[in-house]
This record gives sequence, C-alpha cells and structure tokens, in this order.
Amino acid sequence: MSCGLKSGTGCGSGGACGCASASASARGDGVDDARRNFLRGAAAATVTTLAAGVTLYSFGAEPAAARGPDEKVTSKVRWGLLIDASKCGDGCTACVTACQIENGWRDTGHPETDAQWIRKLMVKNPKNGATFSLPMMCQHCADPPCVDVCPTGASFKRADGIVLVDKHICIGCRYCMMACPYKARSFVHEPLEDQKPYAPRGKGTVESCTLCVHRVDAGRIPACVEACNDTGGGAMLFGDLNDPSNEISKRVAMYRTTRIRADLGCEPGVYYRNI
Amino acid sequence: MSAALRYAVMRSTATLATLLVAAILALPLGTAGAGEPAWLPKPARGRGDKCVADTAWMRRNHMTALSHQRDSTVHDGIRTSRFSLKECIDCHAVKGADGKPVTVASEKHFCRTCHDYAAVQIDCFECHASRPEAKAATTGETAPERSPASGVSALAQYLRSVGQ
Repeated sequence: MSCGLKSGTGCGSGGACGCASASASARGDGVDDARRNFLRGAAAATVTTLAAGVTLYSFGAEPAAARGPDEKVTSKVRWGLLIDASKCGDGCTACVTACQIENGWRDTGHPETDAQWIRKLMVKNPKNGATFSLPMMCQHCADPPCVDVCPTGASFKRADGIVLVDKHICIGCRYCMMACPYKARSFVHEPLEDQKPYAPRGKGTVESCTLCVHRVDAGRIPACVEACNDTGGGAMLFGDLNDPSNEISKRVAMYRTTRIRADLGCEPGVYYRNI
Repeated sequence: MSAALRYAVMRSTATLATLLVAAILALPLGTAGAGEPAWLPKPARGRGDKCVADTAWMRRNHMTALSHQRDSTVHDGIRTSRFSLKECIDCHAVKGADGKPVTVASEKHFCRTCHDYAAVQIDCFECHASRPEAKAATTGETAPERSPASGVSALAQYLRSVGQ
C-alpha cells in the first residue's frame, strides 16, 4: 500500500481505508471514475414506498443479494462484529445462553474442561476499581494463529473471514488452543449425543464460535447478536465489514473502536467500543 | 517351479480372487428390486417416491457423495440438500417404540441396518446428529425467519397497519 497509511493501524475494515482516492488519482482518471460511480449509483437508486406518505429512498448500489445455497462463499464479504461494552450489562448472559441453545454446548459439571464458545468477562481496573463487562469469543482473525499452527489443515479461514474447524480432519492435537491469544477454543473431552444437526460437535475435536455459520449462510444473524438485541442491551452488531454501506462499517468508520490485542497483528474481525 | 511359472500362477490366482469378490458383490445388487433374497437387510424407506439417486448407485456411492458434500459445505458454504447428511437423516428417520425417531444406538436406525450387515463402522455420528431435531426445543433453522433484511419489510408492515 503506498498511501502512507500503515496497514492495520486506523484502517477500519481491512484494506478499505482512505486510500481509494489517492490510488484513483494516481491512475490519472479519478474524476472520470467518480463521475461513473455517481452515474452508476444514480442508476441503481431505488425508491421503496413503505406506506402512504412514507417513502424510503435508497441511493447507490443495491445490498448484495443473498447467496444461493449452491454458491460458494467469496472474499467480497468480510463478516465481523461490533460490540459496545457500555451497553453490555454486567450480569447479563443472554448471548451465552443463546449460543448454548443454538449450538448445543452446555455445562456438564466439569468447569475446567467444559466447552466455552462464548463467555462473559468482567474487566476491572485495579487502580480505581472501575469495571465493565464484555463477551469474548473467537475473534475471527484475518491472520489467525490457530490456522498457522494446525498440522492437518483442519483449522481454516473461510473466504468470508469466518474461522472454523473442519472436524472431519481435526486430530485433536490442540495446538490451535495453545496458539489462540483469546483462549477462544475448546476441546471436547466427553462423548456426546443428540447434537444439533446444523452444529456437529464430537469427542476428540476442537471447536469454537462459528459465527453461527449455518445461520449466516441462510442470510440470518448469529444467535448471540439476535439474543442481545431481543433480551440483552443491544450491544452487538453483526455485518459485512467490506461493505461501506453496511451499518457496522459506518460505525467502525465513525467511532473509535478497539480490537483486543491488536498489537499481535492478527487483525480480528471483532471490534469493541468503550473498553 | 520356475519363476515365470510361479508368477503366472500368482497372477491367475489374483485374477480369480478379484472375479470371485466381484461376483459376490454383484450377487445381491444384481437381484435388487423384484426378488431380493430374504437375507438382505431391508433399510427403512424414506419419505416421498424415490431417493435423490438410483438405489443401486446410492448403495455403491453414497459415501463418496457425502464426503464430497461435506467438504464443499464446510469450506465453501455450499448447502444444497441433495447429498446432505442432514437430509438423509430427516428423510429416512425410523420411529421407535416411543414414537420418536431412533438414534444410531438402535439396530433399527436406517444407516445401521446395512452397516451392521456389512460390518462397516460409521464414524459420522460421533459428531453428527443421528436423528432429526425435535421441533419445539430450538432456536435453530426451524425458528421463524429473522434476516437483517426483514427489518424494512417489518417496518413497512407496521407503518401500513398504523396508517389504516
């Protein structure tokens, strides 16, 4: 990148930082491009009449059509989360409960080994006693250390940025658990039965938050985000970080956000506010 | 016995063995359909008229189809239903004495009927559900559709209802 911005610093959603105009003018046809984009946008403008007297104008490209079940995921999309810790209730565990119900993991009375796809953390400043809470789960890194260390290729990143374990080829070595700076992965120690059909999990394999990949593939939002909006504080927002018109991209561009342990350079897809 | 002769005998024995195995494999499949021998396993029929592929083809190739589908689903997010294990399980569910679909722990389970007979161990159900999900106790795929796009249509509906 030659726009003078160091990649990864202050660059909200992947490469989509303020370098676009610089590179356009470098080609010498920046004005023409801008005009073309404007005209394209105008052609794609749509007007939706919600009710008598209420009209919704949408200017610019249409939101990406939902992917068909037979279409591959593409890297045009980068799924991410924005979590506002100031709205995250201290005692609230709506996201954790929703994840447990959705994906079928639960406490089995062995807290030292039970799976934790998502957990609530209480963070306290020892100096002044100030506390806040936040949900912690797989951060769906762009450069995931768990993928780097996996000896079989079971730990992988999908084209749309979701980091998963292919349990068909996971040998349960747990290197990824060691490598993850967020302690996001769990190992299944006990035989299981009656798993959720869309969330297979079994003894001897490593697992973690899948960003509810089965729901995302169906055009829905993750269970934790849905639960946080419905019964929690509305602290979580899910969306496509590559789409500048998406609410999450707008907010990441507008507010100061933090990615936990950003210094490690893993480029997490989970952004936090007010931490 | 000379080396050449020994080699010839070995080769013909190997060929004979191959033919014998092929004949044994072909025997039940050749008679499939109208007059199947009584000792063949009788897996539960699925819902609907016919399977996603020809029965003889499924007998030989279902494992390949499932294996191919699993990779494209996990890595590429392709969720077509034709060779999805979940669809097989949903369609070929066998009800037990309690009226609920049986798990693979039961001998009546669709997959087990043949796999017990052929003495081939299945690993799928170490992780995968071996029976369809009970409808009520979930927020999963059976829950009402709540896509992000439904927000606008929901707002439109609300505004229409207010306007009237």
